Amino acid sequence: MFKWIHKFGSPPFVYRLCRALGPWMGWSCLALICVGLYLGLVQAPADYEQGESYRIIYIHVPAAWMSMFVYMVMAIASFVFLVWKLKLADLVASASAPIGASFTFIALVTGSIWGKPMWGTWWVWDARLTSELLLLFLYLGYIALRGAIETPTMAARAAAILAVIGVVNIPVIHYSVEWWNTLHQPASIAKFDKPSIHISMLIPLLLMVLAFQLLYAWNLMAKLRTGILQREKRARWVADLVEAGRV
Amino acid sequence: MTPARKKRLMLVSLMLLVVAAAAALTLNAFNKNILYFFSPSQIANGEAPVGNSFRVGGMVVDGSVERSETDLGIQFDLTDTASVVTVSYTGILPDLFREGQGIVAIGQLDNEGLFTADTVLAKHDENYMPPEIADALKKAGKLSGDYGAKTTVAE
Repeated sequence: MFKWIHKFGSPPFVYRLCRALGPWMGWSCLALICVGLYLGLVQAPADYEQGESYRIIYIHVPAAWMSMFVYMVMAIASFVFLVWKLKLADLVASASAPIGASFTFIALVTGSIWGKPMWGTWWVWDARLTSELLLLFLYLGYIALRGAIETPTMAARAAAILAVIGVVNIPVIHYSVEWWNTLHQPASIAKFDKPSIHISMLIPLLLMVLAFQLLYAWNLMAKLRTGILQREKRARWVADLVEAGRV
Repeated sequence: MTPARKKRLMLVSLMLLVVAAAAALTLNAFNKNILYFFSPSQIANGEAPVGNSFRVGGMVVDGSVERSETDLGIQFDLTDTASVVTVSYTGILPDLFREGQGIVAIGQLDNEGLFTADTVLAKHDENYMPPEIADALKKAGKLSGDYGAKTTVAE
């Protein structure tokens, strides 16, 4: 039974999997973004309170969700790497960091652009915004730590420990709007209640969330492929691939 | 699982547990300082600092807004349904400012209990719906005149 799991520790298998799935992820992501943005920006009605400005949620919310989701992937992969010394897990974590940092940056910037007309300010130091900014610093710290240590195995281990420790920030981000008074409003969808967003606005939002998931998967797979080739450059199967011209 | 792996698993899990506990204790200790704003009830209880700048958050009471005839001055009451604090402000208000809206004001409380704000921020809620639905809800009495008060959208 564990044969099945063990395959995912094999670089050639994962490489081929990424090569086969990557383009599908890319194209379906592109299609979903087109449909999601059309439905969200053109078809969905204006909000009763915020008018047209609320439409920035179609970028802001998926980016913010992904900033946390990618961190969870990174932390779990780092945990697996620390315990099982699985090199591919480290590759997943290190490939995820810049992608997650980008999502976090997009979430912060779009939030700021939304905040100015609605709240009347670009930035406030409330618990939600501050913990999300901390998430960006965790991603950047992870990337910097990896770059600062010369020995690859040491760099991987140090960065993995940072990633695992940083995971305590994720529940703080999610629950910050419930635990404390914040300027940021509470969750509309991610709660044990029916979503407080009208169905005509919810569907495009969910499509965009799915599109961002695919965007992450697509980027991750591309980065995994180059990462695997780099690490396995002396392996027989890589030489075979190059000779066959199928890299 | 090999003993070495088991040991690493315990070690990493323990590390995470310790850090999580430390974070929980720290956040708990700083609970007050993380609050972005005080509520009118907290001010009534004397928890807010007099003479120092702080933030107060609440709903603008219906019918309490008085605009100055001559300048941008405005005075209104803020409530958390339990207590009320009167805020005076001079300047441009955010688009979302209206009666019934949740807002956060930054400023100082004087000895008479008047809160003089130098910044007013609007707080919007987590409900999104088309205007027609909002109107329908309003007619059905499920959403009162104060668009955006989250306690009034009961479904």
